Amino acid sequence: MKTAAAILSTLLLALAAACGEQPEPAAEEAGADSTVALSGEISVVGSTTVQPLAEVLGEAFEALNPDLTIIVSGGGSSVGVKSAGDGSAQIGMASRHIKSSEYDEFPGIVVHTIANDGIAIVVEPGVTVDVLTMDQCRDIFSGAVTNWNQVGGPDMPIIVVSREEGSGTRGAFEELVLGEEALMAESAILQPSNGAVRTTCSTTPGAVAYLSFGYLDPSVKTIAIDGADPTPENVANGSYPVSRPLNMITSGEPQGAVAAWLSFITSEDGQAIVVAEGYLPIN
Amino acid sequence: MPHGRSTVKNRVENTMKTVLMISALSSVAIVFLIGFFTLKESIPAFRGIGPLNMLTEKVWRPGQDSYGILAMIAGSGLVTLGSVLIGVPLALGCAVFLAEVAPKWMAEIVRPSVELLAGIPSVVYGLFGMVVLVPLVRGIEVPGNTGFGLLSASVVLAVMILPTIASVAESALRSVPRSYYNGSLALGATRWETIWRVNIPAARSGILSAVVLGLGRALGETIAMIMVIGNSVIMPKALTGNPLSIFLSRARTLTGNIAVEISYATGVHESALFATGVVLFLLIMIVNTSARGLLKASIEGGRRK
Repeated sequence: MKTAAAILSTLLLALAAACGEQPEPAAEEAGADSTVALSGEISVVGSTTVQPLAEVLGEAFEALNPDLTIIVSGGGSSVGVKSAGDGSAQIGMASRHIKSSEYDEFPGIVVHTIANDGIAIVVEPGVTVDVLTMDQCRDIFSGAVTNWNQVGGPDMPIIVVSREEGSGTRGAFEELVLGEEALMAESAILQPSNGAVRTTCSTTPGAVAYLSFGYLDPSVKTIAIDGADPTPENVANGSYPVSRPLNMITSGEPQGAVAAWLSFITSEDGQAIVVAEGYLPIN
Repeated sequence: MPHGRSTVKNRVENTMKTVLMISALSSVAIVFLIGFFTLKESIPAFRGIGPLNMLTEKVWRPGQDSYGILAMIAGSGLVTLGSVLIGVPLALGCAVFLAEVAPKWMAEIVRPSVELLAGIPSVVYGLFGMVVLVPLVRGIEVPGNTGFGLLSASVVLAVMILPTIASVAESALRSVPRSYYNGSLALGATRWETIWRVNIPAARSGILSAVVLGLGRALGETIAMIMVIGNSVIMPKALTGNPLSIFLSRARTLTGNIAVEISYATGVHESALFATGVVLFLLIMIVNTSARGLLKASIEGGRRK
């Protein structure tokens, strides 16, 4: 019995390895079918920043259309663009602008901005710094400044906590805060999800990190940049500088249930949910 | 009808033989398939970056087209070394206790608990490390120490390889003929001398393969490492004058490099991650081959005595 199970599992593995390479045209066809009526399934894949918002928006829309199932899974912004482009998911999620190289690879993709999101700079609550300038932020995350006493804080080494290379949040943060020249400090602790970044930052003395507004909670302390607190109001009135769009991506113009869901998201009801979840509406 | 019965018997024999052969060959085929696939995907990186460049360059910044994995090789090597230093003595002590010292009733309590360690999912080890071990290690007062790093990772890994090493080493010790033990005692050796001078040397090839199995597991462990090692792409270096403080340095393992970045990688970056996999593959092959060599040497050495 054990041998049989072992053989079966090894064969399955071999099959998976052999098939892993080809894109799945079958999934694309199945996707096209299920978008005809407001029933069936919508698969949504990509950014872990958009994921929690998409889940709530999905549940709200499922409540209106009981025959419809919306399946949201993570993977990251790049995966989101790729999945929408090659048709392995009906909707991709990305927490950043679409790169020109991605438009080149998938010329048919259409981008729908569903919300805006601020990125807050957070510190471990023991750090007594409350306000930083944009330049100080850049120096801290690039490693040019290594002790909190260099920016008016206690004598305490700065521990930078960051997402890994390729994360949408990191990409947006580097673009907005580090700019063209500076690079993320090499010695930064890297954690592969927003939740792990928050846990690490909240428990490591002297830690500083950046988090999407949706992941803020009292375990970490937010820093005001150039005097503006990281709040949705300050992003809306332009005084808080670090924000980016949250996007959903389809291959071609959306149809059927996908189109219905996307227009629900941009409707007043959908945008009310966006605001309730701590993100910024698109208008 | 003795004739008919034997035909049925033969048929069963032959079918079983084929089934067993297929199961054996399928694992060979899978190794080749995975090896081939990984190698094939890594070709663009090796061609674009150059294998020597990749292996000797310390900087890994895919955004800037730097793809050096030397820091990760050092990270994997050091964390494996650390886990062996902590885990092997513990595991061997455990094996000797279970095989030679413990009364039967006690062994029957201890053995399942050790085996239970092997059943804990690695993400749970990682969680434990992140929430309990990292804050403890942070208590060591050395500038730059955050708790995340090689020491935390080595301790977590040591516990993870313990059950593998302990159970293989225990069966090796148990397979040493009882007459050796009795003979040694009869010659006037104490129990401790007998275990140390007779049983352990007689079981050394089994103990060695136990350690190598543990090494293999240590090199391949991924998720628990990501959670406690800090994942910074830096060459681990001593934080103070004391060379041991290198274990307080953060690092990234080869496995962690793949797992952390693969979901975002495209193009050369993706290929470079497959190349990381090829290097890992080669490292594990080197470990296994040298283990075979050692094993063979120790068996032959044993025969000469």
